[in-house]
Amino acid sequence: MSGSWAIRGVRPLGGEPADLFIDNGELVDEEPAGAEVIDAAGLIALPGLVDLHTHLREPGREDAETVETGTAAAALGGFTAVHAMANTDPVADVAGVVEQVWRLGQDAGHCDVHPVGAVTVGLRGEHLAELGAMADSAARVRIFSDDGHCVHDPLLMRRALEYVRAFDGVIAQHAQDPRLTDGAQMNEGEQSARLGLAGWPAVAEEAVIARDCLLAAHVGGRVHFCHVSTAGSVELIRWAKGKGWNVTAEVTPHHLFLTDDVVSTYDPVFKVNPPLRTAEDVAALRAAVLDGTIDAIATDHAPHALEDKETEWAAAAFGMTGLETALPVVVAALLETGALDDAQLWPLVADRMSSRPAAIGRLSGHGQPLLPGAPANLVLVDPAATWTVDPARGASRGRNTPFAGRTLPARIVATFLRGRPTALDGKVA
Amino acid sequence: MNRHLLSAADLSRDDALLVLDTAEEMAQVADRPIKKLPTLRGRTVVNLFFEDSTRTRTSFELAAKRLSADVINFSAKGSSVSKGESLKDTALTLEAMGADAVVVRHWASGAPHRLAHWIRGSVLNAGDGTHEHPTQALLDAFTMRQRLGRLEGLNVGIVGDVLHSRVARSNVLLLHTLGADVTVVAPPTLLPVGVDAWPCAVSFDLDGVLPKCDVVMMLRVQRERMHGGFFPTTREYSRRYGLDARRLAMLPDDAIVMHPGPMNRGVEIAAEVADGVRSTIVEQVANGVSVRMAVLYLLLGGDLSAGSEDVA
Repeated sequence: MSGSWAIRGVRPLGGEPADLFIDNGELVDEEPAGAEVIDAAGLIALPGLVDLHTHLREPGREDAETVETGTAAAALGGFTAVHAMANTDPVADVAGVVEQVWRLGQDAGHCDVHPVGAVTVGLRGEHLAELGAMADSAARVRIFSDDGHCVHDPLLMRRALEYVRAFDGVIAQHAQDPRLTDGAQMNEGEQSARLGLAGWPAVAEEAVIARDCLLAAHVGGRVHFCHVSTAGSVELIRWAKGKGWNVTAEVTPHHLFLTDDVVSTYDPVFKVNPPLRTAEDVAALRAAVLDGTIDAIATDHAPHALEDKETEWAAAAFGMTGLETALPVVVAALLETGALDDAQLWPLVADRMSSRPAAIGRLSGHGQPLLPGAPANLVLVDPAATWTVDPARGASRGRNTPFAGRTLPARIVATFLRGRPTALDGKVA
Repeated sequence: MNRHLLSAADLSRDDALLVLDTAEEMAQVADRPIKKLPTLRGRTVVNLFFEDSTRTRTSFELAAKRLSADVINFSAKGSSVSKGESLKDTALTLEAMGADAVVVRHWASGAPHRLAHWIRGSVLNAGDGTHEHPTQALLDAFTMRQRLGRLEGLNVGIVGDVLHSRVARSNVLLLHTLGADVTVVAPPTLLPVGVDAWPCAVSFDLDGVLPKCDVVMMLRVQRERMHGGFFPTTREYSRRYGLDARRLAMLPDDAIVMHPGPMNRGVEIAAEVADGVRSTIVEQVANGVSVRMAVLYLLLGGDLSAGSEDVA
């Protein structure tokens, strides 16, 4: 099924033009006989993108997304691996559910699906789920998260951080103090004061991050922070990393690009958790991506059925789609900093969207340098193309993109998963 | 004027003064034996109330009827939990019925903005969640001008649960537009984070503010706030932020006392203050009808005079 390919004149990581050859699912030295040729002049090659944070909604909300549609969207967005969050129905808190999701991913074949296991039974924050069984299952779970809910009980968090050391797991924390965010609707600040929406204060994220950095250091565990959204969180993570603690963090494309100013329309397409923050937060998050304080960019792709978004703001579901817009939005956000030239941009994108997330998820087959012998997981990007986001044209069932109508730079031309094209010319292959 | 009235910030100074001047003309109608004008004959006004509010609904209903509009009361009480017909479906229904104006009261901040997105008629915000209540601010400004003869340079204290008050938000914006100097007064727990960006002064000390107030507006303390941990006890709130006879005496001689109603007598306002000569509370209700007539008239471009209003 995976044929042989010759990708001519492509610029790996934005460097000098070269030819890449694929045979038998791997990158190879020499052009295989009868290889299909792609003229890739002007295109950039990156290792296939890896998402640490995807909601595929199956099982339970197949009206919003399925593993099939979500991973097709991933392929179109240049991803070769996604981590499927545990807040499905039933919750992915036992080996049976994570194996089901893993198998659905295999069957769909658009990209590798690595299920995230719940930290606690039913995401209820009371008892540890069978983390070891999920780690040992066919799905080989390494990332555990109650995402959508914070593991708020400090003792439970401590135990989780300790327990997963036995199988090199990591706890991905959704940092949100529940008491400080009761009924919260948007970032707490000038906009919430004006709009009369209940505020979600930065301190509710930062207080949990500070605590969990200290807990991880204390027990020698590995903590990862999901969707970091505030300047204060960045400072705390920078501090913890300075201490040499085992702390990693991700930021979403939307938190790198949008501020809470957009909430003034009350259009729930902009309602997300954690909420969009201020311009100062966006600047701090961008700087943290540049200097490596934030390790990874993760989509928090959260598709919702139309009726869950076409409502009053307070009644609407939290979340935005992200897989198909992630790379272009990140490129746009990083270029806006003015801090990068072309030679710096693409290696940075490859690191934050592929290599480092693969390392955090312990995925040995992804995020590798584009060298002979490596699995042929790669994406071809046209850096000169621009395109306008049309939610109706995506592969995701979710139409809730906050970027509808925006013109973005960089178009994904092709995605290869172990030598097999999963997306070609903007279509699912 | 804009097609909709969603926020007091939608009104320029000229717009706001036009509403107040028009309301004065409308007030004269109330003194006639036949309290009715033909200006909105054949137009349909829908009162869409997702929250109980007999006084506001009645006020709008009376205003629309005095302008000869056809009035439909559409009570769609529901909560975020009990999912009945969605706001969008309700909007599409009203659109199909040919509503020229929809007066909406809703528990969710921003619901009128969503509604305006889905229908062609004018949307009039009659109070949305903890956001705004622009016609309340207009009737308050009307009342101040009627009693004190001006708005420019008036010192207005707005006292109480500013955090959750749509009346406070609309009044701060409108009074600033009209040149008054507003001070919001509340315990720090009942002021929103971000209040510093509002065009008003902020104080925690009612006794310090009262002596310079031309107007003191007391806000209702909602029952659920009393148990929400925003202040230790209702008694302590009342002692520190309630308007009683002692505090009333601190006001300048011609200062007035306002309250948007309904009042918690003995909590934010003492009964003798509410019923005293400085209280404008009953006038506020009467003025509400005139102001709402003016807003409906201006939004729908009725033909009060020979001149034609722009139905933008």
